[in-house]
Amino acid sequence: MHILKSLKLIIYVFAIISLLTSNSKSTEECFEGTSRAIFKFNLAIDNIILEPIAKGYSKLPDPIKTGTGNFTSNISVLLSIPNNLLQGDFKKLGHSIGSFAINSTVGILGFLNPAEKIGLSPSKEDVGQTLGTYGFGPGCYLVLPILGPSTARDTLGILADTYIDPFAHVTLREKEIFSTSGNALDYYSVKATGVVDFRADNIKNFESLEKNSIDLYSSYKSIYLQDRENKISNSVNEQDEWGSLDN
Amino acid sequence: MGKFRQLKYLMKKISIFITLFIVFSHSILLAYSSDPAEFVNELVTEAISKLSDKNLNKEEKSSFIEKVAKENVDINALGLYTLGELRKTSDETIIGQYQRSFEKYFLKSLTSRLSDYSSSKFEVVGYDKKSSNYTIVNSQIIPGDGSPKIKIDWRIYTKNPDVPLIRDLIVEGLSLARTQKEEFASILNSNNNDIKILISKLEEFLKK
Repeated sequence: MHILKSLKLIIYVFAIISLLTSNSKSTEECFEGTSRAIFKFNLAIDNIILEPIAKGYSKLPDPIKTGTGNFTSNISVLLSIPNNLLQGDFKKLGHSIGSFAINSTVGILGFLNPAEKIGLSPSKEDVGQTLGTYGFGPGCYLVLPILGPSTARDTLGILADTYIDPFAHVTLREKEIFSTSGNALDYYSVKATGVVDFRADNIKNFESLEKNSIDLYSSYKSIYLQDRENKISNSVNEQDEWGSLDN
Repeated sequence: MGKFRQLKYLMKKISIFITLFIVFSHSILLAYSSDPAEFVNELVTEAISKLSDKNLNKEEKSSFIEKVAKENVDINALGLYTLGELRKTSDETIIGQYQRSFEKYFLKSLTSRLSDYSSSKFEVVGYDKKSSNYTIVNSQIIPGDGSPKIKIDWRIYTKNPDVPLIRDLIVEGLSLARTQKEEFASILNSNNNDIKILISKLEEFLKK
């Protein structure tokens, strides 16, 4: 237990130090060799476990897949709510609360998505994004075992997410909110289902990327960093360098 | 005899005229609108129709994709963009060599990506003229299988307003050109910025 606490502390310190290097470019690596090795490990896990499960899952009837996707998305809105608040984005906060309330009740525990039909569209927000909106740079890039691509800021964010996410509070920490309780298994089951659902939705995209990349590690890195930039700015970032290419 | 020669000469002129007319009118039929939004709409609508045509085999579809890409994508500029700053400092001969390999690589990966195309609905939803050189055309694809809409933005180069060219596709906020550039940058960084190594990696891909 003591070792686990020390390990957590080391990770926090490492992440905070990395964050302080605000001038570092997002493309800089923390430790590329290790990240590439972890990336290979993750790919092997994906090939052996995740991809076969995702392929099996994708054969399920559409209503089951849609319902499962809705259910995990609805639970993830719980993490967006405190982050909307921390970002001071009250419009999105309204969308998140409204969507969760309607889908959890009228939408039968989130399996249906009636909130979308009335124009409520919550965006997924996490602590990494919130730190980004506060002006913290991504720090260096790294790949986490199982969890995949990340940055120093987002790694810190992942840990912080478990403290402010009401769902994690009820399940991982086994606290009771509004007479609702759960355990760690509930937490990991929902998260794993969300991962399988995402992987199943993107089977062709992953295959195409794998087939057409000459450095798959870098392709994933670029896609991850672009996605995070867009999520933090809540818009698509323009590529200015095209302006200088005039032939 | 003189009249016969004159008639023969006239027939030859008519024949050349007809041939040129057919070729010219055919090329007009193949060309897309010069308005960026219309250009994207016409190009993609035709591509969807061809790619979902069950009478065409894989080779015919691939050659169609290649032809359309060569005529409507600024592959040359895309190649230079993906090379980053090195394009400004490298020798022209090596750049030329890289451009040739890049074009082959681009066309191969493009045909590979589109060969498994499944029927979808496409619509242009707007555009944003960034400058006299660039217009971003916003579009969306609605997959036939009921999965969520996919947003695609097209960076259209309009320096020659009569011949718009595609320079980048931004799929759900992810720029394909930037992804390619960063992938190449990683290879170059770990190989002392040696473009020859990048070319050899591209050639390796082409052999697969």
